[in-house]
Amino acid sequence: MAHSGVRLYVAVFAALVFLTLVTVGVSYVDLGPLSVVVALTIAFTKALLVVVFFMHLRESSGLIWVVAGGGFFWLAILIALTMSDVMTRGWLPVSGP
Amino acid sequence: MAEHAVAVAHQFDDAEQQRGAAELGMWIFLATEVMFFGGMFTAFTAYRWLYPAGFAHASRHLDVLLGGVNTVVLIGSSLTMVLAVHGARVGHRRMLLVCLGLTMLLGSVFLGIKAIEWTHKWEDGLVPGLRFTLTGADAGPEELFFLLYFAMTGVHALHLVIGICVVGVILALAWRGHYTPEYHNPVEVTGLYWHFVDIVWIFLLPMLYLIGRHGP
Repeated sequence: MAHSGVRLYVAVFAALVFLTLVTVGVSYVDLGPLSVVVALTIAFTKALLVVVFFMHLRESSGLIWVVAGGGFFWLAILIALTMSDVMTRGWLPVSGP
Repeated sequence: MAEHAVAVAHQFDDAEQQRGAAELGMWIFLATEVMFFGGMFTAFTAYRWLYPAGFAHASRHLDVLLGGVNTVVLIGSSLTMVLAVHGARVGHRRMLLVCLGLTMLLGSVFLGIKAIEWTHKWEDGLVPGLRFTLTGADAGPEELFFLLYFAMTGVHALHLVIGICVVGVILALAWRGHYTPEYHNPVEVTGLYWHFVDIVWIFLLPMLYLIGRHGP
Protein backbone atom coordinates (compact mmCIF):
# COMPACT_ATOMS: atom_id res chain seq x y z
CA MET A 1 0.00 0.00 0.00
CA ALA A 2 2.71 2.44 1.05
CA HIS A 3 4.74 1.51 -1.98
CA SER A 4 1.95 1.96 -4.50
CA GLY A 5 1.44 5.50 -3.09
CA VAL A 6 4.98 6.49 -4.02
CA ARG A 7 4.61 4.92 -7.46
CA LEU A 8 1.39 6.87 -8.06
CA TYR A 9 3.05 10.18 -7.08
CA VAL A 10 5.97 9.52 -9.44
CA ALA A 11 3.52 8.67 -12.25
CA VAL A 12 1.62 11.94 -11.68
CA PHE A 13 4.96 13.81 -11.68
CA ALA A 14 5.90 12.16 -14.99
CA ALA A 15 2.52 13.15 -16.48
CA LEU A 16 3.02 16.76 -15.32
CA VAL A 17 6.50 16.96 -16.86
CA PHE A 18 5.18 15.39 -20.09
CA LEU A 19 2.33 17.95 -20.29
CA THR A 20 4.84 20.77 -19.65
CA LEU A 21 6.99 19.57 -22.55
CA VAL A 22 3.88 19.33 -24.76
CA THR A 23 2.62 22.83 -23.95
CA VAL A 24 6.08 24.40 -24.44
CA GLY A 25 6.58 22.41 -27.67
CA VAL A 26 3.16 23.35 -29.05
CA SER A 27 3.89 27.04 -28.40
CA TYR A 28 6.45 26.92 -31.24
CA VAL A 29 3.64 26.03 -33.68
CA ASP A 30 1.29 28.75 -34.89
CA LEU A 31 -2.22 27.47 -34.11
CA GLY A 32 -3.90 30.86 -34.38
CA PRO A 33 -6.60 31.47 -31.77
CA LEU A 34 -6.49 27.76 -30.88
CA SER A 35 -3.14 28.24 -29.13
CA VAL A 36 -4.89 29.84 -26.12
CA VAL A 37 -7.41 26.98 -25.94
CA VAL A 38 -4.70 24.31 -26.12
CA ALA A 39 -2.41 26.05 -23.58
CA LEU A 40 -5.21 26.60 -21.05
CA THR A 41 -6.64 23.09 -21.50
CA ILE A 42 -3.21 21.63 -20.71
CA ALA A 43 -2.83 24.02 -17.74
CA PHE A 44 -6.24 23.00 -16.33
CA THR A 45 -5.36 19.32 -16.79
CA LYS A 46 -2.08 19.84 -14.89
CA ALA A 47 -3.82 21.80 -12.13
CA LEU A 48 -6.42 19.04 -11.80
CA LEU A 49 -3.69 16.39 -11.49
CA VAL A 50 -2.01 18.41 -8.71
CA VAL A 51 -5.28 19.06 -6.86
CA VAL A 52 -6.63 15.51 -7.07
CA PHE A 53 -3.44 13.54 -6.40
CA PHE A 54 -0.82 15.79 -4.73
CA MET A 55 -3.38 17.70 -2.63
CA HIS A 56 -5.25 14.45 -1.96
CA LEU A 57 -8.64 15.83 -2.97
CA ARG A 58 -9.75 12.34 -4.04
CA GLU A 59 -9.55 11.16 -0.42
CA SER A 60 -10.98 14.38 1.06
CA SER A 61 -14.46 14.92 2.47
CA GLY A 62 -17.28 16.49 0.49
CA LEU A 63 -16.87 19.70 2.47
CA ILE A 64 -13.33 20.14 1.08
CA TRP A 65 -14.66 19.56 -2.44
CA VAL A 66 -17.20 22.36 -1.88
CA VAL A 67 -14.50 24.79 -0.69
CA ALA A 68 -12.09 23.90 -3.51
CA GLY A 69 -14.85 24.07 -6.11
CA GLY A 70 -16.17 27.29 -4.58
CA GLY A 71 -12.81 29.02 -4.96
CA PHE A 72 -12.69 28.30 -8.66
CA PHE A 73 -16.41 28.99 -9.15
CA TRP A 74 -16.04 32.50 -7.70
CA LEU A 75 -12.93 33.04 -9.82
CA ALA A 76 -15.01 32.07 -12.85
CA ILE A 77 -17.66 34.67 -11.84
CA LEU A 78 -14.95 37.32 -11.46
CA ILE A 79 -13.49 36.64 -14.91
CA ALA A 80 -16.81 36.02 -16.72
CA LEU A 81 -18.56 39.17 -15.50
CA THR A 82 -15.48 41.36 -16.03
CA MET A 83 -14.96 40.04 -19.54
CA SER A 84 -18.67 40.31 -20.40
CA ASP A 85 -18.20 44.06 -19.82
CA VAL A 86 -14.81 44.47 -21.49
CA MET A 87 -15.65 42.34 -24.54
CA THR A 88 -18.98 43.97 -25.35
CA ARG A 89 -18.12 47.66 -24.98
CA GLY A 90 -17.76 48.09 -28.73
CA TRP A 91 -21.18 46.60 -29.51
CA LEU A 92 -23.17 49.79 -29.13
CA PRO A 93 -22.41 53.02 -31.00
CA VAL A 94 -21.96 54.98 -27.78
CA SER A 95 -18.76 56.91 -27.20
CA GLY A 96 -16.95 55.53 -24.18
CA PRO A 97 -15.09 57.40 -21.45
CA MET B 1 9.40 11.92 20.84
CA ALA B 2 7.24 9.64 22.95
CA GLU B 3 5.25 12.38 24.73
CA HIS B 4 3.84 13.45 21.36
CA ALA B 5 1.45 10.55 21.08
CA VAL B 6 -1.81 11.90 19.69
CA ALA B 7 -2.09 15.42 21.13
CA VAL B 8 -5.73 16.41 20.67
CA ALA B 9 -6.55 20.01 21.61
CA HIS B 10 -9.45 20.22 24.05
CA GLN B 11 -11.90 21.77 21.56
CA PHE B 12 -11.82 18.64 19.38
CA ASP B 13 -13.60 15.34 19.97
CA ASP B 14 -10.79 13.27 18.49
CA ALA B 15 -7.67 13.35 16.32
CA GLU B 16 -9.70 12.76 13.14
CA GLN B 17 -11.83 15.86 13.77
CA GLN B 18 -8.70 17.88 14.54
CA ARG B 19 -7.10 16.76 11.28
CA GLY B 20 -10.24 17.59 9.32
CA ALA B 21 -10.40 21.09 10.87
CA ALA B 22 -6.77 21.82 9.97
CA GLU B 23 -7.34 20.61 6.41
CA LEU B 24 -10.55 22.64 6.00
CA GLY B 25 -8.88 25.78 7.40
CA MET B 26 -6.05 25.57 4.88
CA TRP B 27 -8.45 24.95 1.97
CA ILE B 28 -10.51 28.02 2.96
CA PHE B 29 -7.30 30.08 3.09
CA LEU B 30 -6.35 28.76 -0.35
CA ALA B 31 -9.79 29.76 -1.67
CA THR B 32 -9.02 33.35 -0.57
CA GLU B 33 -5.65 33.01 -2.30
CA VAL B 34 -7.45 32.02 -5.52
CA MET B 35 -9.32 35.32 -5.32
CA PHE B 36 -6.11 37.21 -4.49
CA PHE B 37 -4.28 35.94 -7.56
CA GLY B 38 -7.57 35.94 -9.49
CA GLY B 39 -7.69 39.74 -9.55
CA MET B 40 -4.37 39.85 -11.39
CA PHE B 41 -5.35 37.00 -13.71
CA THR B 42 -8.56 38.89 -14.54
CA ALA B 43 -6.65 42.13 -15.18
CA PHE B 44 -4.27 40.25 -17.47
CA THR B 45 -7.17 38.65 -19.38
CA ALA B 46 -8.97 41.98 -19.81
CA TYR B 47 -5.93 43.94 -20.98
CA ARG B 48 -4.79 41.14 -23.26
CA TRP B 49 -8.23 41.34 -24.89
CA LEU B 50 -7.94 45.12 -25.26
CA TYR B 51 -4.32 45.15 -26.52
CA PRO B 52 -3.65 41.78 -28.23
CA ALA B 53 -0.71 43.02 -30.34
CA GLY B 54 1.12 44.82 -27.52
CA PHE B 55 0.76 41.86 -25.17
CA ALA B 56 1.91 39.39 -27.86
CA HIS B 57 4.97 41.49 -28.71
CA ALA B 58 5.89 41.99 -25.04
CA SER B 59 5.48 38.26 -24.35
CA ARG B 60 8.20 37.46 -26.92
CA HIS B 61 10.79 39.21 -24.71
CA LEU B 62 10.41 36.36 -22.19
CA ASP B 63 12.68 33.30 -22.24
CA VAL B 64 10.47 30.25 -22.89
CA LEU B 65 13.35 27.85 -22.11
CA LEU B 66 13.98 29.32 -18.65
CA GLY B 67 10.22 29.42 -18.00
CA GLY B 68 9.86 25.77 -19.02
CA VAL B 69 12.86 24.62 -16.97
CA ASN B 70 11.50 26.49 -13.95
CA THR B 71 8.13 24.77 -14.38
CA VAL B 72 9.79 21.35 -14.24
CA VAL B 73 11.80 22.45 -11.17
CA LEU B 74 8.64 23.57 -9.36
CA ILE B 75 6.75 20.39 -10.33
CA GLY B 76 9.73 18.44 -8.97
CA SER B 77 9.43 20.34 -5.69
CA SER B 78 5.75 19.37 -5.55
CA LEU B 79 6.77 15.71 -5.96
CA THR B 80 9.27 15.94 -3.09
CA MET B 81 6.66 17.76 -0.97
CA VAL B 82 4.03 15.08 -1.48
CA LEU B 83 6.67 12.41 -0.75
CA ALA B 84 7.49 14.25 2.50
CA VAL B 85 3.79 14.12 3.45
CA HIS B 86 3.79 10.44 2.52
CA GLY B 87 6.86 9.89 4.74
CA ALA B 88 5.05 11.59 7.63
CA ARG B 89 1.94 9.46 7.06
CA VAL B 90 3.79 6.15 7.15
CA GLY B 91 6.27 7.23 9.83
CA HIS B 92 9.31 7.13 7.54
CA ARG B 93 11.47 9.70 9.30
CA ARG B 94 14.35 9.83 6.80
CA MET B 95 11.99 10.18 3.83
CA LEU B 96 10.22 13.05 5.60
CA LEU B 97 13.43 14.93 6.42
CA VAL B 98 15.20 14.37 3.08
CA CYS B 99 12.15 15.29 1.01
CA LEU B 100 11.49 18.47 3.02
CA GLY B 101 15.13 19.45 2.44
CA LEU B 102 14.85 18.72 -1.29
CA THR B 103 11.64 20.78 -1.47
CA MET B 104 13.46 23.78 0.02
CA LEU B 105 16.36 23.23 -2.37
CA LEU B 106 14.16 23.03 -5.49
CA GLY B 107 12.15 26.05 -4.36
CA SER B 108 15.42 27.99 -4.03
CA VAL B 109 16.55 26.84 -7.49
CA PHE B 110 13.28 28.20 -8.89
CA LEU B 111 13.88 31.57 -7.21
CA GLY B 112 17.46 31.60 -8.54
CA ILE B 113 16.32 31.06 -12.13
CA LYS B 114 13.59 33.69 -11.60
CA ALA B 115 16.26 36.13 -10.39
CA ILE B 116 18.31 35.47 -13.56
CA GLU B 117 15.23 36.21 -15.68
CA TRP B 118 14.47 39.42 -13.79
CA THR B 119 18.11 40.51 -14.22
CA HIS B 120 17.78 40.00 -17.98
CA LYS B 121 14.60 42.10 -18.00
CA TRP B 122 16.44 44.87 -16.15
CA GLU B 123 19.35 44.73 -18.62
CA ASP B 124 16.93 44.77 -21.55
CA GLY B 125 15.18 47.84 -20.13
CA LEU B 126 11.83 46.11 -19.55
CA VAL B 127 11.10 47.22 -15.98
CA PRO B 128 8.11 49.61 -15.89
CA GLY B 129 8.65 52.81 -13.97
CA LEU B 130 12.35 52.23 -13.29
CA ARG B 131 13.98 51.34 -16.56
CA PHE B 132 11.64 50.91 -19.50
CA THR B 133 13.27 51.63 -22.86
CA LEU B 134 10.81 50.20 -25.42
CA THR B 135 9.44 52.80 -27.81
CA GLY B 136 7.02 52.57 -30.68
CA ALA B 137 3.30 52.27 -31.21
CA ASP B 138 2.89 49.37 -28.74
CA ALA B 139 5.09 50.72 -25.96
CA GLY B 140 2.14 51.54 -23.65
CA PRO B 141 0.49 48.09 -23.73
CA GLU B 142 3.93 46.45 -23.57
CA GLU B 143 4.71 48.36 -20.39
CA LEU B 144 1.33 47.24 -19.03
CA PHE B 145 2.25 43.62 -19.82
CA PHE B 146 5.52 43.91 -17.91
CA LEU B 147 3.78 45.64 -15.02
CA LEU B 148 1.50 42.61 -14.71
CA TYR B 149 4.46 40.26 -15.35
CA PHE B 150 6.42 41.68 -12.42
CA ALA B 151 3.35 41.90 -10.17
CA MET B 152 2.32 38.29 -10.83
CA THR B 153 5.75 36.64 -10.82
CA GLY B 154 6.80 38.87 -7.89
CA VAL B 155 3.84 37.95 -5.69
CA HIS B 156 4.26 34.32 -6.74
CA ALA B 157 7.95 34.44 -5.75
CA LEU B 158 6.98 36.02 -2.41
CA HIS B 159 4.64 33.08 -1.80
CA LEU B 160 7.51 30.74 -2.59
CA VAL B 161 9.86 32.55 -0.15
CA ILE B 162 7.19 32.20 2.57
CA GLY B 163 6.74 28.55 1.59
CA ILE B 164 10.47 27.83 1.85
CA CYS B 165 10.58 29.43 5.34
CA VAL B 166 7.53 27.44 6.50
CA VAL B 167 9.00 24.17 5.15
CA GLY B 168 12.21 25.08 7.02
CA VAL B 169 10.29 25.36 10.29
CA ILE B 170 8.50 22.08 9.58
CA LEU B 171 11.88 20.46 8.84
CA ALA B 172 13.29 21.66 12.19
CA LEU B 173 10.24 20.36 14.07
CA ALA B 174 10.32 17.05 12.18
CA TRP B 175 14.03 16.77 13.04
CA ARG B 176 13.11 16.99 16.73
CA GLY B 177 10.53 14.25 16.25
CA HIS B 178 7.36 16.31 16.58
CA TYR B 179 5.44 14.38 13.93
CA THR B 180 4.03 10.87 13.99
CA PRO B 181 1.72 8.97 11.65
CA GLU B 182 -1.08 9.87 14.12
CA TYR B 183 -0.26 13.59 14.31
CA HIS B 184 1.42 15.45 11.45
CA ASN B 185 -1.24 18.02 10.48
CA PRO B 186 1.31 20.85 9.96
CA VAL B 187 3.12 18.73 7.34
CA GLU B 188 -0.18 18.03 5.53
CA VAL B 189 -1.36 21.66 5.39
CA THR B 190 2.10 22.95 4.42
CA GLY B 191 1.93 20.50 1.53
CA LEU B 192 -1.44 21.92 0.47
CA TYR B 193 0.01 25.47 0.44
CA TRP B 194 3.08 24.39 -1.52
CA HIS B 195 1.01 22.66 -4.20
CA PHE B 196 -1.23 25.71 -4.51
CA VAL B 197 1.81 27.89 -5.26
CA ASP B 198 2.79 25.29 -7.87
CA ILE B 199 -0.67 25.55 -9.48
CA VAL B 200 -0.41 29.35 -9.75
CA TRP B 201 2.79 28.91 -11.74
CA ILE B 202 1.17 26.22 -13.90
CA PHE B 203 -1.18 29.00 -15.14
CA LEU B 204 1.44 31.76 -15.26
CA LEU B 205 3.62 29.77 -17.70
CA PRO B 206 1.08 29.63 -20.58
CA MET B 207 -0.39 33.08 -19.93
CA LEU B 208 2.88 35.01 -19.74
CA TYR B 209 5.28 32.93 -21.84
CA LEU B 210 3.40 30.78 -24.34
CA ILE B 211 0.15 32.12 -25.79
CA GLY B 212 1.64 35.31 -27.24
CA ARG B 213 4.35 33.70 -29.34
CA HIS B 214 2.45 33.93 -32.63
CA GLY B 215 -0.33 36.09 -34.00
CA PRO B 216 -0.59 39.87 -34.27
